[in-house]
Amino acid sequence: MTLNQLNHMEYMDGMEAIKSNIMDQVLNNVADYDYRQYTDQDVKRALAKEQISIQDYAAILSPAALPYLEDMARKAMLETRKHFGNSVCIFTPLYIANYCENHCVYCGFNCKNKIRRGKLSNEELEVELKAIAATGLKEILILTGESRLQSGVAYIGEAIQMAAKYFSTIGIEIYPLNTEEYAYLHQCGADFVSVYQETYNTNKYEQVHLRGPKRIYPYRFNAQERALMGGMRGVAFGALLGLDDYRKDAYAAGLHAYYIQQKYPHAEISFSTPRLRPYINNAENNPNDVHEKQLLQVMLAYRLFMPYAGITISTREKSVFRDNVIGMAATKMSAGVSVGVGGHMEEEKGDEQFEISDPRSVYEVHQMILNRGLQPVYTDYIRV
Amino acid sequence: MSDKLIIGGHEFQSRFILGSGKFSLEIVKAVVENGGAEIVTLALRRANLGGEENILDYIPKGITLLPNTSGARNAEEAVRIARLAREMKCGNFVKVEVIHDSKYLLPDNYETMKATEILAKEGFIVMPYMYPDLNVARSLVNAGASAVMPLAAPIGSNKGLCTKDFIQILVDEIDLPIIVDAGIGRPSQACEAMEMGVDAIMCNTAIATANNVALMSKAFKQAIEAGRTAYLAGPGRVLNNKAEASSPLTGFLED
Repeated sequence: MTLNQLNHMEYMDGMEAIKSNIMDQVLNNVADYDYRQYTDQDVKRALAKEQISIQDYAAILSPAALPYLEDMARKAMLETRKHFGNSVCIFTPLYIANYCENHCVYCGFNCKNKIRRGKLSNEELEVELKAIAATGLKEILILTGESRLQSGVAYIGEAIQMAAKYFSTIGIEIYPLNTEEYAYLHQCGADFVSVYQETYNTNKYEQVHLRGPKRIYPYRFNAQERALMGGMRGVAFGALLGLDDYRKDAYAAGLHAYYIQQKYPHAEISFSTPRLRPYINNAENNPNDVHEKQLLQVMLAYRLFMPYAGITISTREKSVFRDNVIGMAATKMSAGVSVGVGGHMEEEKGDEQFEISDPRSVYEVHQMILNRGLQPVYTDYIRV
Repeated sequence: MSDKLIIGGHEFQSRFILGSGKFSLEIVKAVVENGGAEIVTLALRRANLGGEENILDYIPKGITLLPNTSGARNAEEAVRIARLAREMKCGNFVKVEVIHDSKYLLPDNYETMKATEILAKEGFIVMPYMYPDLNVARSLVNAGASAVMPLAAPIGSNKGLCTKDFIQILVDEIDLPIIVDAGIGRPSQACEAMEMGVDAIMCNTAIATANNVALMSKAFKQAIEAGRTAYLAGPGRVLNNKAEASSPLTGFLED
């Protein structure tokens, strides 16, 4: 089959290429990562240390570390409390559009799927923002699919400006942009940027991103750096765990964040841990499967490697899992979530990207956090 | 005996300043009461004034607020946050905190100095959080600071007086209240700092992460008072453990 596909490692026209060696560093590290070589002793040694090195991080992500999950959790809990105290930040995502030009084989929004597409008009957006603000939230994450035609930078910028009237903290989870575009959205009121590499394995990445600008691996990889160059305050990293070898992907995401922090020491770093859920009756069969135990291992490894980084726990996870990881590894959670386009007040204008497992309201999540002896935090950022 | 802590012309009985950033808000009151704190810090970025979980709803009346500029990456941002705090009726005190390292959260002394100078001129009672460096401390005095707040160890580390010798130099040389901020993990460490002649202790994580926060707050209060009393009493002579020469070294002057 000749698809006349683009070379996934070459930039398309209009994509800004920055001078950076972080991608090469990460890819070299991952190429050398053989998690089967680590032993009990490596894990024990790593866990006895105050500051975990890259080698130690490799060890605690390995299968040899699974029997030590409890020890990792205890150490992670201490680190989380040391750096974040009792605080747990709460926020909600708002999908403003779901048009998409990418064909990513794993995604519900992909351009081949016959789903309801839509985007919020200014009037609809205002209603949604008001409804969310009325729950008391001060932090919002604005999301779109990747369509410069339907949801271009100007449209997103306008949405951010409207959101800035109601929210003190605005993050964006949209397609990767050039530095100047990030600078523009920063000027509109956004300060935090999430871009997930999905998989760091370039071959797998090519296989699952068949068409669209997302196919271009290095442009996506360098998005966080361009965002910081554009003046953004914080950047989030993550791999879609289970899409490929999740240990290698988590290792790569950790190193990606680590090298960015070294180069941009002021940047606020955070992780998300979305996963492809294993199919029922398929347990233990596929080494890529990420069950809750494996997911927790990844979260704990992130925490121990970068104890100062934020970790967000997704609504894709069950409430019992979410409730137990806050204060231990996670520092931020969403509440009152709708993953269709709009849906907080107006009827949804487009279908959902995925199914959520935790439908609790802001009030319910707030109460749960208090009941666990932790402190719900609505705002942790001041824009000056 | 009158032994008051005086900062910017304001008198305080207590030498325990409570940092609030890591607490569950519902226990702040108990911690303030048990620790006898008269000053409580307030991170403006966290405050959510008028909204859910607003810290001002939890701080008892009569407490002096010490808004900090956490979140500022440079002097300009710190100045803007301080002005915002004043507009929001959080008073005239400000703890200048300028950090642009998300990993260690170490203060940037140079930017801190610049912000201190601007804010002092605007009439703020400026308490800069700094890495203990004598030259910087002297510049902060000249810039109009009302106290100097050197760190004992990285924020949240509970490691104690890692910078002890340098804090001692500030105590000896700087004619402003020296308030140890960050790193104090145990009451015994707070006590030791106070014995050295430090004027007050700011504490947050060590209490917030204790099993019984109210009790730990009380322990800090007692430790800080004990250390202060010991300092005022003067160390016992056994601590000056230099051997006495059998014949006076200066005896030759009499010959």
